[in-house]
Amino acid sequence: MKNRLLWPLLALAALLLLNLAVTPSFFSLRMQDGHLYGGLVDVLKNGAPTLLIALGMTLVIATRGIDLSVGAVAAIAGAVTCVHIGTSGDASTAFAGMAIALVLCAVLGLWNGFLVAGLGIQPIIATLVLMTAGRGVAMLVTEGQIVTVNNAAYREVGAGFLFLPISILISLLVLGLVALATRRTALGMLIEAVGVNPEASRLAGVRSRTIIWTVYVFAAVCAGIAGLMISSNVSAADANNAGLWIEMDAILAVVIGGTSLAGGRYSLTGTLVGALIIQTLTTTVYTIGVAPEVTLVFKAVVVIAVCLVQAPKVRAALSLRKVAVS
Amino acid sequence: MTESPPPVVEMRGISLAFPGVKALQDVDFRLFPGEVHALMGENGAGKSTLIKTLTGVHTPDSGSVLLAGDAVAFSSPGEAQHAGISTVYQEVNLCANLTVAENILLGREPRRLGGVDFPAMRRRAAEVLSRIGVHIDPASSLSEHPIAVQQLVAIARAIAVDCRVLVLDEPTSSLDAGEVAELFRIMRVLRDEGVAILFVSHFLDQVYEISDRMTVLRNGTFVGEHLTADVDRRTLISQMIGRDLGALEAIEDAAEKRQADGPVLVQASGLGRRGAIEPFDLEIRAGEVVGLAGLLGSGRTEMARLLFGADRADAGRVLVDGKPLRLRGPRSAIAAGIAFSSEDRKGEGLVADLSIRDNLILAMQAARGWSRPLPRRTKDQLVEKYLKALDIRPANPDALVRTLSGGNQQKVLLARWLVTEPRLLILDEPTRGIDIGAKAQIQQLVTTLAAEGTAVLFISAELEEVVRIADRIVVLRDRRKIAELDGSATGVDEVVELIAGGAAPEPEKVTS
Repeated sequence: MKNRLLWPLLALAALLLLNLAVTPSFFSLRMQDGHLYGGLVDVLKNGAPTLLIALGMTLVIATRGIDLSVGAVAAIAGAVTCVHIGTSGDASTAFAGMAIALVLCAVLGLWNGFLVAGLGIQPIIATLVLMTAGRGVAMLVTEGQIVTVNNAAYREVGAGFLFLPISILISLLVLGLVALATRRTALGMLIEAVGVNPEASRLAGVRSRTIIWTVYVFAAVCAGIAGLMISSNVSAADANNAGLWIEMDAILAVVIGGTSLAGGRYSLTGTLVGALIIQTLTTTVYTIGVAPEVTLVFKAVVVIAVCLVQAPKVRAALSLRKVAVS
Repeated sequence: MTESPPPVVEMRGISLAFPGVKALQDVDFRLFPGEVHALMGENGAGKSTLIKTLTGVHTPDSGSVLLAGDAVAFSSPGEAQHAGISTVYQEVNLCANLTVAENILLGREPRRLGGVDFPAMRRRAAEVLSRIGVHIDPASSLSEHPIAVQQLVAIARAIAVDCRVLVLDEPTSSLDAGEVAELFRIMRVLRDEGVAILFVSHFLDQVYEISDRMTVLRNGTFVGEHLTADVDRRTLISQMIGRDLGALEAIEDAAEKRQADGPVLVQASGLGRRGAIEPFDLEIRAGEVVGLAGLLGSGRTEMARLLFGADRADAGRVLVDGKPLRLRGPRSAIAAGIAFSSEDRKGEGLVADLSIRDNLILAMQAARGWSRPLPRRTKDQLVEKYLKALDIRPANPDALVRTLSGGNQQKVLLARWLVTEPRLLILDEPTRGIDIGAKAQIQQLVTTLAAEGTAVLFISAELEEVVRIADRIVVLRDRRKIAELDGSATGVDEVVELIAGGAAPEPEKVTS
């Protein structure tokens, strides 16, 4: 486990050092009005939505599935909440709106779970349905407009501080809860069993369908919370662009963290590291001033490098060389 | 055999460890030109690992491999083949959609003007085939030929290069008697040409018929090298399993002594599923071993799956303790105390990427639900108990099940169900593909369980085994139950006759 995380951690460290070299003040933290600011805090704050979605994605991938619809679900969550808040400034309206949004997200997760576990449709196809249709739903909710709100309570979710940015605290809280819920109970083991061999698990009496259903609902709720953060941060709901391509970042984070797309064993810590790498990378692109037209290429190169050093073949070659040297 | 020629292959002090498993420890092996050398040992003894070390799939941690006196270290099967070591594996690894000639010469096609010279290719393939006395059209598609011929084509491919050493890993497992005889004829031809043949088989008769010399491995260590003529079967088996055969012989006695007069535990009446098995009646008593006999595809597995709820029945009903059981799926069967160990260990049984521990407790944990995890201590106690009781090796609960040998995997699967303390245990081919030692242990276990009051439904393609172990034998043919026989009064011949019988006889003694 530690060994598996070695390379991702090294990559993360290298990226952070690169930032430090370019921006000497990158690591420095400062307090202002009881709030912590600094480059590292920004990385965590901006990475919070990706981390949340990647957590849900980890469990989905562990069951051999994938959820492409998380970005669209995030957009729906933001849209529903903002439309519900409207011009209201009340905290209660904001909370009601968020509650409605999250319940709706859970229903969307049930839909995905129904397609995958109930009807047996391939996950990539099943969730593609909501990936495309979901944006349309968000557009319908916002009536094609970017809905802006002015609600202090809602702003707290994405932009608020409780010493640390609240979005960071929410993400870490969810991470802790998932870790507890899967590793302290038998859920994690059963998820892995279903992911490695669904038929054997069924014959051993595992409620495979219920488990698959559950992870899709969980992924959708995570996406919903992430959507609230994204929308709250800018106090607006943008049906077209909120959470756009975030499913790709989340899948990358999971894979970089060492969870195989073939299902089975998963690592939440790995996903945390993966999400941090993805966000640090995005930050790095800005700090070192990579030209916008090569930004994506730069990202791709780093991701390929991290995946390569984790690949069994490359590892074998590297360890052989070490033996030869010694 | 004289030992005058120097060995063509010599492996000295080979050791190799996989994570958590010492696969080979200080193993010596010699192979002389012009001999058939049998590599003997139980599943998990290290036969395949030793072969893979020789052919460059694995690199040994220590020890040396000498080929004709020169130290070699192959890093891929291709290099080994280039040096004259060809391997034919158990499963035919050829391309069914290509022609025989293409399969034989794939990767070394004769070329002309930058293209493949097909006429030359067919000529060359025909030469190789005639060398081993196989007369088929090299231009025919491989898939037109039966498996046995495909196996011979694989051998032809192996000897099409200049081959000094031919490794045959379980080549006979899917062949019938006539095909085995043909294979042996070819092996003798090659042997007389001076090729050294390394042969692995679970069938002792074949080993005694064809081999000149044998090396015995046990638990990854070298036990001995003998001339085949010098060692009798009893000695060989006790070397392989490291103990006496007495245990095996005690099983039959136990089966005869057992009194199967417990109360009826499970009763199926008119249970059936269209396209799978015709409606049948069956009673299983507590403490009774019921054997299912029939050919492959006769409905043995289908019957078991219906009783377990793995497939939904479309007719009939099942009573447990006289009360109707609604079989909506495996979970309802498990809740009623029915356990089913599938014949397809890899596909439907084990979760290969999880540890022995997780696999052992999977069924019990699933029954408890995810929110009530087994306490760590209970888990450890259960795992320790069953690792010991079933002699599962390696006895390391964290080892991944995929790294275990077939016999040990089977034991893990059995243990998973024993943990749940089932009242009816359905075992579908629990001894297929595993060695004699593990087989004896599993048969012993079935007898012990029955003596303790567990009902067992035992399915096996080996009739001897069914007859030896079962109190009652249910015979199936063409997806129908055709007879039910008293196990202790029945011989194999009688069962064979029923299975082979042309006209279906009226079911005798449908319910005893």
